[in-house]
Amino acid sequence: MRLTCPHCGDRDLREFSYKGHASYLDRPGPDAAPEAWNDYLHLRDNPAGDTRDLWFHELGCSAWLVVTRNTITHAISAVALARDSKGARDAH
Amino acid sequence: MRYSGWQVLAQGLMGNKGWKPAWRDPAPKPEYDIIIIGGGGHGLATAFYLAKEHGLRNIAVLEKGHLGGGNIGRNTTIVRANYSMPGNSEFYSHSLKLWEGMEGELNYNVMHSQRGLINLFHSDGQRDEYARRGNAMINQGDDAILLDRDGVRRMLPYLDYEQTRFPIYGALYHPRGGTARHDAVAWGYARGADSRGVDLIQRCEVTGIDVENGKVTGVQTTRGAIRAKKVGIVVAGRSSQVAALAGMRLPIESHILQAFVTEGLKPVIDNVVTYGMGHFYISQSDKGGLVFGGDLDFYASYAARGNLPMVEHVVEAGMTLMPMIGRAKMLRSWGGIMDMSPDGSPVIDKTHIDGLYLNCGWCYGGFKAVPGSGFSFAHLMATDRHHAPAAGYRLDRFATGRSLMDEEGTGSQHNLH
Repeated sequence: MRLTCPHCGDRDLREFSYKGHASYLDRPGPDAAPEAWNDYLHLRDNPAGDTRDLWFHELGCSAWLVVTRNTITHAISAVALARDSKGARDAH
Repeated sequence: MRYSGWQVLAQGLMGNKGWKPAWRDPAPKPEYDIIIIGGGGHGLATAFYLAKEHGLRNIAVLEKGHLGGGNIGRNTTIVRANYSMPGNSEFYSHSLKLWEGMEGELNYNVMHSQRGLINLFHSDGQRDEYARRGNAMINQGDDAILLDRDGVRRMLPYLDYEQTRFPIYGALYHPRGGTARHDAVAWGYARGADSRGVDLIQRCEVTGIDVENGKVTGVQTTRGAIRAKKVGIVVAGRSSQVAALAGMRLPIESHILQAFVTEGLKPVIDNVVTYGMGHFYISQSDKGGLVFGGDLDFYASYAARGNLPMVEHVVEAGMTLMPMIGRAKMLRSWGGIMDMSPDGSPVIDKTHIDGLYLNCGWCYGGFKAVPGSGFSFAHLMATDRHHAPAAGYRLDRFATGRSLMDEEGTGSQHNLH
């Protein structure tokens, strides 16, 4: 598996670290109900197929990335900067 | 047929023509009292204990592939009871006791070998933590011996004690830990369940869970609808998909864990050895292959195969710890799909649907839990009360924050356990 960083180009997997599903971008507000925090921290759709997850280009440009990836084939269909990834915040 | 040394001798003299299939291959009936979804180790053990301990007979196990074709056939076969947190330690202690009686109970040779588990430590802090863990194990009634560096050297002379980055300070030795023949565990429970009347139905995928007025009434499958009074989901590796059939969203992210085996060698590693800093563990199978593994690949996956960076990391850790294995040829690597939970501990619980029960979230520790998990889940499904050693494995602990069992203290991120 290799990832194409929008800043750095096609790079080895060793440069990246994985955080979790892109719903991590959906942090509840400070007044959110406990259920919202349970949902945010613990519960996952956990799809067998296409998913969007959050990676950090740790040994590169230090950008947070939203990667669209298939969990069965490991095929990567898109890599975007998390800060531009409005869609990721809307998707679960 | 009861298996024995005498049978082996007699069958050998008769050309081995008298062996019978170890279980039937029945078609599904229209209705059962209890349906277990998942014919892996945990599901088969659950069915076995429902029949044996609770006298229930009208039970089916539904398996979409073949019996024991999932993680029970893909793991590194380690059996241990070295947990330190309340909730975990009594469960694994109970499970290890069941392991010790398993071969007699099942009349099946699972090649359970209590060759001892040796967890190395590499700093003063890690020694303190392992001493505390050892005390917790002893208080639980299990065994633990804290070894100093010389004590380890007497048992494991082949380690590299001079490595400068993570020198070996000592180890926590758990003599009752060891390994077992993983497939045989599934087969033994399958045979034991079948002989008590449980229908083991293979190539039967569950495609829907029927619920009426908040109560489960049966399942839809690729071999037709089957009614049931109670249904248990025991499908680690696919828990999120099957639970979604009942409208549930689980606190689970699926991750890949790789494992490796070398060519067969003469006996060289007598115990199970773990490297506390490199996250590497190894044992030698009875066939002679070195069986080893390390960390998750760390990204969500259902691929049952990993990527090369983790292969490299595991092999580097192994070479750092025991350079002698460098000449061994690696034969195979493969991956299992782990139900990673937010605290690294599993779930054995009821659900919000009456009659629907859930067993999942075993992270990468499910193999040693097979008998305990089956026993406790059967108790829950038969009596509707939690079995005491597994009473901590509640699904709602994540929502409430009460009684989380985060052994490693790494927080709620699924892949960090």
